[in-house]
Amino acid sequence: MKDIQTQTDSDTVTAATESEAMVRLEDVRKIYEMGSEQVHALAGVSVEFGSGSFWAIMGPSGSGKSTMLNLLGCLDRPTSGRYILSGQDVSRLEDDDLSQIRLTYLGFVFQSFNLIAQLTVRENIELPLFYLGWESRESAKRALELATQVGLEDRLGHRPAELSGGQQQRVAIARALANDPHVILADEPTGNLDSSTGEHIMELLRDLNKQGKTIVIVTHEPEVARWAHHRLHMHDGLIDRID
Amino acid sequence: MNLHRFLRLVRLGIKTLLLHKLRSMLTMLGVVFGVGSVIAMLAVGTGASEEAQEQIRRLGSQNIIINSVQPQEDQSVERVRMSIYGLTYDDERRINETIPSVSRIVPAKLIPSDARVGGRQMELRIVGTTPGWFDLVERELLAGRRLQESDMTGNSNVCVLTERSARRLLATEEVLGNRIRVGANYYEVVGIIRSESGGAAGGVQTPDQEIDAYIPMTTARERFGDIVVRSREGSRERSRVELHQMVVEVDHIDNVQSTALAIENMLERFHRREDYRVSVPLALLRQAEATQRTFNIVLGSIAGISLLVGGIGIMNIMLASVTERTREIGIRRAIGARRSQIVGQFLIETIVLSSTGGLIGIAFGVTIPQIIEYFAGMPTIVPFYAIALSLGISVAVGIIFGLYPAIRAAKLDPIVALRYE
Repeated sequence: MKDIQTQTDSDTVTAATESEAMVRLEDVRKIYEMGSEQVHALAGVSVEFGSGSFWAIMGPSGSGKSTMLNLLGCLDRPTSGRYILSGQDVSRLEDDDLSQIRLTYLGFVFQSFNLIAQLTVRENIELPLFYLGWESRESAKRALELATQVGLEDRLGHRPAELSGGQQQRVAIARALANDPHVILADEPTGNLDSSTGEHIMELLRDLNKQGKTIVIVTHEPEVARWAHHRLHMHDGLIDRID
Repeated sequence: MNLHRFLRLVRLGIKTLLLHKLRSMLTMLGVVFGVGSVIAMLAVGTGASEEAQEQIRRLGSQNIIINSVQPQEDQSVERVRMSIYGLTYDDERRINETIPSVSRIVPAKLIPSDARVGGRQMELRIVGTTPGWFDLVERELLAGRRLQESDMTGNSNVCVLTERSARRLLATEEVLGNRIRVGANYYEVVGIIRSESGGAAGGVQTPDQEIDAYIPMTTARERFGDIVVRSREGSRERSRVELHQMVVEVDHIDNVQSTALAIENMLERFHRREDYRVSVPLALLRQAEATQRTFNIVLGSIAGISLLVGGIGIMNIMLASVTERTREIGIRRAIGARRSQIVGQFLIETIVLSSTGGLIGIAFGVTIPQIIEYFAGMPTIVPFYAIALSLGISVAVGIIFGLYPAIRAAKLDPIVALRYE
């Protein structure tokens, strides 16, 4: 964490001007070596997501939107370019520091929910708090708050398999909120849900956005993308257009 | 990592293992058997060797024991002829006078005999010896007194019985002051000493048996002479032996080996045949200790192999578990778990597994020797170090064999792990 601290200090001047931009990508490239061939998954992307904004990243498969989400989620590092998250350049951080960034600033919502089957709803929600080192009593209190927020306060002792898809996704959202993240990244959050349940999930995300969370979703469904304030269309590793 | 989080990880590990109770139990089995058998074997081995060493120690580590041995050729020829062999009164005198490191020498004549009290009769071994015997061969005096110098000078008809012979011969009667008849003579019982159990220790016949009567050497020479006649299977075997045994006490433990050598050289010079045997309890003790060490090495190897097998079993299951839980690992990493925390989680699981196996193994290892002792009557000792060692080793097995699967889990790319079906 020391690295991050020093970097923040050296960037104080710019950080002030960047405070509006929660997420900033500067000419970000991601190149994969596939045998002898080089695949440019991202071929130089520059974009800013403002604090409290609601973005949808769209595009056909292979357009680089998943790669972009992985980079935004600090699950991967760009081959070149800079990624400024909450005023810190996180594009060159070590694995442990990236873990810490994810733990502190990010929340994930996945298409297939990705809850841990052996754990109860409460334990799933508490997962980020476990790694943040919270005391168990505080953590249980927070889990109840979050479950109430997503309307699942009476399901805390259940296992994910005992819940419907919509309920599972709400647990996942509660988990994504546990660490009070700056940015919530959602990968096809309604992909495994029927349209009315999907609608509820999107309402929930919209409410969170209204409360000030920056939200970035990846989707190929225009109806889902309509919920966002901005739509970023990807094509062949480049930004096609923004509307 | 603070204690609080460590305990939560342990709790998480136990919970995860309990999700697959049968699998966890089967995985532990290798360590259970490994640890259990090691402790049980060590207990039996230590028990046996402690007993042997104790017997040898009782012979006296500062003593040298010389026995008369009937040479082979005398045993095979017709039994009418008299066999003359063994240690002589001269041997005793020479050893005592010429070897300076000998502080004391106690001779013994052993005469198999019958004793009677009233109508009761039983076989008894008469031991003719000197009062010094009771100093060299430490036996607890239960009642009365030991033999004294005055018994020697007066050729007194007195005897000291071992506890066992006193019980059998005199049963409920008053023992001290009673008289037993051996041959044509009566001997007054003046004392009782504790019997020693167990006959031979490390190939040396212990100086006393369970059913002995000790009489003064002078009396023994006068009443029984040097010729022993034994009736066996219709034939009569006659032998002439002056002394059956000598116990030599050496002034210092460092001189035991050299004194034994000096005695052997002397006996060699005066005996035409090798009709004696010199035994050094100290050497036997050393030998027994060396045997024990060898035994421990063999046992250690077996233990090592069984724990290795157990460890491989654990590793195998943990590798399967890592594959099975790839997605869980991906989720934890995405949320912000560091690699080291994933390693910790899996490592703690294997340590919980192996140390639980170790604890169960210890329970078995402590119980089995008790059962052996109860049914087979073998003495067993569960050494404390065996328990501590086993527990330590089972934790080590958990760490060694858990490390690789844990590192593999932590090395998973979160992106790939999250996609894993």
